[in-house]
Amino acid sequence: MEFLAMGGYWPYVWGSYLVMAGLLLVEMIQLRYRRRSLMGWIKRMARIRAQEETQ
Amino acid sequence: MFRPLLALLRRDLTLALRRPQDALTVVGFFVVVVALFPLGIGPDPEFLRSLAPGVLWVAALLAVMLSLERLFSDDYRDGTLEQMLLVPEPLGLLVLTKIFAHWLITGLPLVLISPLLAVQLNLRPDEIVMLMLALLLGTPILSLIGAIGAALTLGLRGGGVLIALLILPLYAPPLILGAGAVDAVMHGASAQAHLSLLGAMMVFALFATPWATAAAVRIMLD
Amino acid sequence: MSERGIQWFRFTAPANFYDLAGRLIPWFAALTIALFAAGLYLGLVVAPPDYQQGDSYRIIYIHVPTAWMGMFLYVLMAIYAAIGLIWRIKMAEVMAKAIAPTGALFTFLALWTGALWGRPTWGVYWVWDARLTSMLLLLFLYLGYMALHAAIDDRQRASNASAVLAMVGVVNVPIIYFSVHWWNTLHQGASITVTDAPTMAMIMFVTLMIMVLAAWMYSIAVVLARARVELLERERNARWVQERLEGGKT
Repeated sequence: MEFLAMGGYWPYVWGSYLVMAGLLLVEMIQLRYRRRSLMGWIKRMARIRAQEETQ
Repeated sequence: MFRPLLALLRRDLTLALRRPQDALTVVGFFVVVVALFPLGIGPDPEFLRSLAPGVLWVAALLAVMLSLERLFSDDYRDGTLEQMLLVPEPLGLLVLTKIFAHWLITGLPLVLISPLLAVQLNLRPDEIVMLMLALLLGTPILSLIGAIGAALTLGLRGGGVLIALLILPLYAPPLILGAGAVDAVMHGASAQAHLSLLGAMMVFALFATPWATAAAVRIMLD
Repeated sequence: MSERGIQWFRFTAPANFYDLAGRLIPWFAALTIALFAAGLYLGLVVAPPDYQQGDSYRIIYIHVPTAWMGMFLYVLMAIYAAIGLIWRIKMAEVMAKAIAPTGALFTFLALWTGALWGRPTWGVYWVWDARLTSMLLLLFLYLGYMALHAAIDDRQRASNASAVLAMVGVVNVPIIYFSVHWWNTLHQGASITVTDAPTMAMIMFVTLMIMVLAAWMYSIAVVLARARVELLERERNARWVQERLEGGKT
């Protein structure tokens, strides 16, 4: 409990650390999402191309 | 070598004189913005006086910025700019000539009208002289740096707003030095250092920015 | 090329870069986690409170690393942009674009933590102190770079134009920094300069350096990951992408 209180400065200390953790997390998740959707697109295109070749 | 540059300068000035409303709009903007400040912060003469250097400089800076879009846009639209790439004269010098013409049309009128607005904000004569001197050294820097932004946004949608974002952070040093010079005189200090640095910055901008602008023009016309 | 020498030019080929970055990222990610864990433990638990500022000084452990990374990444971005523009190296263009969002994020975090540290130290969230003001201008420079990149549709033109902007910006950074400092001292500078603590305890210094390293490793990992995605986007129709897709090693 004393650790969380940060000597009375908890809003500032945790406000800094948690916002930083949150934003770094958002950056990584956004990057992963972007990669996923791009891979999906590339795979779809490959499938369409393969279908066209068999026809 | 200087013949074609003179011809370009004359052409730009003639075109501007045929459409004087463009230059007048910039001056009008400057005047109106300065006039709005007392309405926002109250009529107390002493308070206005202390804010005057900053207000006048920020208003001048915004006025220059608004005029930047026109620097290359007409020549871009009618293909003149593309012709300039084919001319034997270095593009940097052509660009510099255009910037000079642009400054004569927009920057210089701001310098000339500034005493009028300074009086409204209760600046004293020696402060007004310093204001004009600082603007005389500073507005060319604003035009020179701004030209890079104008070139980089050639032909883009919403180019005007984008110029503001690209250029305004780069305007911080001339703003600090220019407004600081007037402020120094106001507090009985010497503005020597401000003016020297402003002059150095102008010389540097004079040599460095035309090439950056030329590179940007080449990229955007590619 | 001698046979034993590392063939550096190979890493500038997109496919090789893609593979190499893919192999490196897990290592940097692991280092990031380990360093952050150690740094946070030392900084929040082990290090004693400051005799003047109490526990509020603990913000230094993220404020300084984020500020350094924000500044450093801008310079790095400009260097990559210049290499890409002058020598037409595609990978350098990709790296410059991949660095920008992370640099902007760190710059924003430096401002955010600076403000939250300012409140207990100065009594207000924001003072126009030289450091905060130049960081704010740096953030604007990042935003301008990203906005210009996004505004131009043609990919090659976008990277060339924003490269010019990054180079103009990096020349201006010292000028901005100097003039803002000068402006600040003229207008009776802030009385407390936070990072010039007279004596910094050894444990605090070590912790700070660990956090700086952690921020470094994080930046490398994320930038490499973003450069990979950027590369895939550019070369989505290239053969090497298809090969890797079929091989299942993406």
